Amino acid sequence: MKPTDTVPPEMTDEHTVVSDGLAGGPSNADDSPGISLGSSRMEKIRRSMLLTILPLVAAMVVGGLFLLALGRDPLAFYATMIHRAIISPSGLQETLIRMAPLLLISAGLIVAFSAGIWNLGGDGQFMLGAALVGGLAASSAEVMPRGLMLVLMLLIAGTLGAVWTIIPALMKARYGINEIITTLMMSFIGVNLASLLVKVMFLDDRPGIQTPRTPVLDVADRLPTLFGTRVHSGVIIGVIAVIGVHIMMTRTSLGLRLKILGANVKAAHHAGLGVSKLTVATFLLSGMFMGLAGGVEVLGVQGFVRADWNPSFGLVAVPLVFLARMNGWVTIAFVFLLSVLSIGGELATRDAGLPNQFGLLIVALVLLFMTVAEYFESRRLRGERTVWATMADRILSKGDAAGE
Amino acid sequence: MDAEAIRSERDSGTPLIELIGITKRFPGVLANDDITLTVERGEVHCLLGENGAGKSTLISILSGMTVPDAGIIRIGGTETSMNSPRHALDLGIGTVYQHATLVPTLTVLENLILGNTTGVRLNEAEGLRRLDELASILGADVDPHAVAGNLALDEQQVIEIIKALWKGKAALILDEPTSMLTPAGVGELASMLQRLKGTGLGIVFITHMLHEAIEMGDRVTVLRQGRVVGTIAPAELRSTDSERLRDRIVEIMFGEEANELSDVAELHVEAFESISQDEPDSGGGPGGQVQSVGEPILKLERVSLEPSQSSHGLHEVDLTIAEGEILGVAGVGGNGQKELAEVLAGQRPIDSGSISLRYNGAFIQIGRLGVHSRHEMGLRYLSDDRRGEAVVGTMSVAINLVLKRIGKPPFWKRQIIQHAEVWQHAEATIKEFDIRTPGPDTNIGKLSGGNIQKAILARETASDPRIVVYNKPTHGLDIRTSLAVRERIRQMAADGVSAVVISNHLEELLDLCGRIAVVSKGRIVGIVENGPNAERRIGDLMVGAFAL
Repeated sequence: MKPTDTVPPEMTDEHTVVSDGLAGGPSNADDSPGISLGSSRMEKIRRSMLLTILPLVAAMVVGGLFLLALGRDPLAFYATMIHRAIISPSGLQETLIRMAPLLLISAGLIVAFSAGIWNLGGDGQFMLGAALVGGLAASSAEVMPRGLMLVLMLLIAGTLGAVWTIIPALMKARYGINEIITTLMMSFIGVNLASLLVKVMFLDDRPGIQTPRTPVLDVADRLPTLFGTRVHSGVIIGVIAVIGVHIMMTRTSLGLRLKILGANVKAAHHAGLGVSKLTVATFLLSGMFMGLAGGVEVLGVQGFVRADWNPSFGLVAVPLVFLARMNGWVTIAFVFLLSVLSIGGELATRDAGLPNQFGLLIVALVLLFMTVAEYFESRRLRGERTVWATMADRILSKGDAAGE
Repeated sequence: MDAEAIRSERDSGTPLIELIGITKRFPGVLANDDITLTVERGEVHCLLGENGAGKSTLISILSGMTVPDAGIIRIGGTETSMNSPRHALDLGIGTVYQHATLVPTLTVLENLILGNTTGVRLNEAEGLRRLDELASILGADVDPHAVAGNLALDEQQVIEIIKALWKGKAALILDEPTSMLTPAGVGELASMLQRLKGTGLGIVFITHMLHEAIEMGDRVTVLRQGRVVGTIAPAELRSTDSERLRDRIVEIMFGEEANELSDVAELHVEAFESISQDEPDSGGGPGGQVQSVGEPILKLERVSLEPSQSSHGLHEVDLTIAEGEILGVAGVGGNGQKELAEVLAGQRPIDSGSISLRYNGAFIQIGRLGVHSRHEMGLRYLSDDRRGEAVVGTMSVAINLVLKRIGKPPFWKRQIIQHAEVWQHAEATIKEFDIRTPGPDTNIGKLSGGNIQKAILARETASDPRIVVYNKPTHGLDIRTSLAVRERIRQMAADGVSAVVISNHLEELLDLCGRIAVVSKGRIVGIVENGPNAERRIGDLMVGAFAL
């Protein structure tokens, strides 16, 4: 296999679909919703209904069947879920807080996926950023002003996330080694190394602590909160990151270079884009956002890192970013939806006396049905017949053959 | 009728395979035009012809991949409608394709029994027995448990032949089997074919190399533009000495080129008038000798690339191209043309030698510069892989037109894209080059090959080109577009822009170029001045009629 061939085939398929409409040209370079007018606007609304609301309903129905089987009232469950996640002020705050790391991780994934690079090592990059910040923040806060400490911590988190991608990046750029494997392996190492750092280097060894963890960062020293709520400014950082990445991908020369790399490596090589350098840059940028996500989560919410803590945000964001077709605005909307589901799900399952995993089940169902809807929609756009119509034809023609 | 029955009729006098009046048309191409030929038992039938002569179509008809539009196929005297590769195999016709069909991660034995099992379980014992049988017929030493991907190309080909013969006991079709073989491998192949002939097998052998046809063939058929233009029967082949046979075949293959050229010349004038009426004639007529050539602009000295599994590499290539010169590169496909083009463009680093370009009055070494710097210095490259490499199919025409100027003003200012500039540039280019597209924002992958080529041509010749490398510039284009492309090359040369034209069409090179370099197995085997005898001499060099 030649180095340029190592992009998995399903990747190129995704990109053919994804690049539609995202690829340059003055008329379609801007994908932000609400700009096109008239019938295309209706079409967009119809599309977004089809691709989000329908799967959501389908997931609720299937999840409802599970709830019925478990002897719970589905309607009550969903009502609690929505109430706890959006309607109650404290729930809404929780939802927004949950968005912060997911937004930063999504920003990292948008960069990588647009360039055709599968950085699936987000968890390792995230955890290392988190662990280092968890270990250093409390002691740094004692020797420097809060603002300086926060900026320094974020820099450290971002840098470590980026550094953790260097090995996969060089292996990919130099030898064409598949980054799916290398980033996943580095992720395992990263997650365990983070845990090791917490247990050995950064351990808070005061007596009475059950699970090993880092020293706690004082609440007053954490990321500033917004408008007197508990929502911290990390959410703003996340939104800026996603929008910034979106603008970079649609407006700047670097963004176009990355998209060409993702759409056609041979063409990138032919056009003299410096494929190796771009590949490494993509990994570093992507890893930086992952590490930053870890730092923000510790500085804004947790205040410390427990040795057994790993929220595994990295992989949840993967289908989400793909379903948003790497569009920043859609990604923000999907991250909100995912946060609602995960916060609402967590609280509603607790109320219903179900294990925490049930909330994840709902999230997984939604992502699954969204993928299915996406598949049918792209078939429809390509003018292909639906599976059902083809199946019906087969059955009917078989019937005819039998009758003759 | 099964394969055994077909073969057992060997003495009845019925030919093994008869093709009568085979015609196959693809959109825009008459690939096979009323082809009639027979393959006898115990005979090697060689098919010769240039690329696009219709050999591949004929092979795919014989192997059941393509069903002809008209004509009769008789196998062992019985008319048959061969409509699938499976059917062809059942009739005993096995084919060895140009591309590898072995699964590289499986063992030899697994590869062989893979397509030939009926049940769920693989019958290894039976497979081993058959493998031994065939290997002993071929006189080959085969390790059944070797992993296919680890075998050398020669060895892989033996396995491909065994695979083709696994069921096929009547006929074996070999599509350019020697193109990737070492000379020793070719010798071994020849002796295997001798042994197979002895068992009564009929063999169809496609090659570009004349001497192979003369040495291995019992009968030679020459195709050109989908038609049979000449046949040399076994008696003649045996009685004539090889020197005269070569002359005879070269004449059949290339002899009428001069007549065709005059036809094209007429077309050329028509098309030129209709495409660009308001442009003055630059004066470089067909024949291409009327070139005012200036000082050297590009020099290659002992440029080499290591050979690899899939490439002959380049061996000490020396070339000098002068300002305003159109240099042709002729040769059978896959003999180093692509490597040469990529080395010139900067897409492939050279292993040794030097490339220097005259820039601001002095020669500077560009061997270590990348694509981007060379493009900026006026060295441009039109890739032959138009859809796969030259453009990003999922992006707009407008973006593809500035693909090699990303980040440069006026299209980018402070690295921010200027949509208006990109759009205007696209509209102007589309108009100037007559690119047929619904609009600048259409994804370029949706355009026809000809229109994509016009866009690439526009991109590569924009903003001060000095030397342009064209890899198969008119391949697959219709005659009008082809001639427009040629005209562009010629006009630019008149303005002092040099060109390196790599082409499979000798006629095209004779039309455009002053000198034509002939490549074979990564070497330049000769440089021919265009003139009265040029096609003949190039033809000789191409098919290896002259010893190196």
